[in-house]
Amino acid sequence: MTMRKFFGLLVLASLATVPVRAQNINAAGATFPYPIYSKWFDEYHKLHPNIQINYQSIGSGGGIAQVVAHTVDFGASDGPMTDDALKQAGFKILHFPTVLGAAVVTYNVPGVTADLKFTPEALAGIFLGKITKWNDPAITAANPGVKLSGDDIIVVHRSDGSGTTYIWTDYLSKVSDEWKTKVGKGNSINWPVGLGGKGSEGVTGLIKQTPGSLGYVELIYAIQNSLPSGLVKNSSGAFVKASLDSVSAAAAGAAASMPDDFRVSITDASGKTAYPISSFTWLLIPAQIQDAAKREAIKGFVNWMMADGQQYCEGLAYSKLPKEVVAKEKKAVAMIQ
Amino acid sequence: MATAPTTVEHAGLTWGPRALLRRLSSGDEIARLVTLVFALTTVLITVMIVEQLWVLSAESRRAFGFHFFVSQVWDPVFNQFGALPFIYGTLVTSALGMLIAVPLGLGAAIFLAELAPRRISDTLTFLIDLLAAVPSVIYGLLGVFILVPLMRTEIQPALKHTLGFLPLFQGPAYGIGFLTAGLVLAIMIVPFIISVSREVLLAVPREQREASLALGATRWEATWKAVVPYARTGIMGSIFLALARALGETMAVTMVVGNNPRISASLLGPGYSIASVLANEFSEATGTLYVSALVELGLVLFLLTFVINGLARLLILVTTQRGSGVAQG
Repeated sequence: MTMRKFFGLLVLASLATVPVRAQNINAAGATFPYPIYSKWFDEYHKLHPNIQINYQSIGSGGGIAQVVAHTVDFGASDGPMTDDALKQAGFKILHFPTVLGAAVVTYNVPGVTADLKFTPEALAGIFLGKITKWNDPAITAANPGVKLSGDDIIVVHRSDGSGTTYIWTDYLSKVSDEWKTKVGKGNSINWPVGLGGKGSEGVTGLIKQTPGSLGYVELIYAIQNSLPSGLVKNSSGAFVKASLDSVSAAAAGAAASMPDDFRVSITDASGKTAYPISSFTWLLIPAQIQDAAKREAIKGFVNWMMADGQQYCEGLAYSKLPKEVVAKEKKAVAMIQ
Repeated sequence: MATAPTTVEHAGLTWGPRALLRRLSSGDEIARLVTLVFALTTVLITVMIVEQLWVLSAESRRAFGFHFFVSQVWDPVFNQFGALPFIYGTLVTSALGMLIAVPLGLGAAIFLAELAPRRISDTLTFLIDLLAAVPSVIYGLLGVFILVPLMRTEIQPALKHTLGFLPLFQGPAYGIGFLTAGLVLAIMIVPFIISVSREVLLAVPREQREASLALGATRWEATWKAVVPYARTGIMGSIFLALARALGETMAVTMVVGNNPRISASLLGPGYSIASVLANEFSEATGTLYVSALVELGLVLFLLTFVINGLARLLILVTTQRGSGVAQG
């Protein structure tokens, strides 16, 4: 009697659990897009209560390492994987752009209230340590009417490994051959000059306190803290201020020449309204996922993220994907098998 | 009490199941085994940490060998890694911190233990113990927002003005750098020195003090010549506890040190420490050699603390012998 009751309960229990079987998906990687990702995973969970995506913001390097090691279902990175890294992985990994970020020039020049303008040559010169005074002709020529003193420029950069540093140095590598050969690009680099601040808040703190300083922070941080931000001359010759729209414009300009695997740098993009120090951030998804339910859940999420998900971008100060890129990505989602 | 040792001795002689059972039932053996396991666990953890650091740093050790310790280049883009600027920065910031914290802490401990009225001493000690529990990021923030502007506008220009002929105080005044990091470290470790040293000084037997007073010593002479030497081992212990914290401090240092791997003679210049670079770069490190070099830096930090701890033990051994000599004389 008790035995039968027990089995009855067991059957009931198993019946009850079938329709709400939770699909747990684990992901890890970049910290920069973490606020929008957690918003997306949360909203998607509300729409599909059985799908739960857990995201650990451990950094891009960790995201790449964990997706290669199969310890997560997908990863996320602020920089695309290199050819070598893809080869070493031993299986195919697809890149999916999700949102855009940008690095903004910010500074503390006492007495100057106008937005300063910077040419690529001036920025590279300052960060190479060749332009050391605020009244250097490379800066004053682009800023007629602004009175700049002969004070030293104190360069401030991120000391922690960061996707923002990647975007910044990727840009400098494109506009300066000397930077490319001497310094290069990466999440952490060997800085020719400057002081390192930990995190966006560390860089901002140093700049706010140090008269004559100049550095870069991510766009979101500059917007949320209303930091002064410089205009940067893009490859079409226009001085453009960083904003959500000018960053999306840079991505739209790059969409035409975008490779099929989306591993593309959009820094130094052309177009009258394109802000040149912008970049995608990517999801790294294995091309083959054995578990069919998991595969469909991930594909479903990526499709939703590109459509309805994009509406959450602006509230969190991320630039949206341009529609040209979304159209291309939709096709790529089908490649996950 | 008197029977306990004989039981143990007896049990030690007859090693049978019944004897073992008796020893277990007495509780002593259980306590011995349990505490032994705990003690071995800490040893095991240390060994495993070293083993892991050794294994994971293999690629970097193979690539750079001894050159790792003398190279000044740290370039993740071109995969060139050298530890010297970080070793230098760790030692300099810790030494500066100790230079400020030891006299300050010891003086405060002597006042609290010997000279202050008991009630004031207890209240102050309570507040100092609270300081020891403040998270290091708070000290870092205080450093960034209060100490750094003060250093840039007041202290560093004053130092340059008065001692600027020394290479130690030259170069631009950024506000951050070795000296600021040393100051923040000093503020962080002083509570450890005060708190432990005061306890040790209070534990010195009353006879020690009374004997020297009876011999005609002044109160200060009794404190400085009889009480402090007696407590020397404990005070040393507190200092090395503080040093260990200074060497391994991550957050507070990285916020004020400038994070620039350069070796400069000037204490006003920016620098870097091992713990800081690990905290800064590990999470976003890509490439196996890069990660391996960071792990080797961890190994270097471990070695550094190991060597300094060894020297500390040696120093304590030497001074204890001399200290007991003083006590006897």
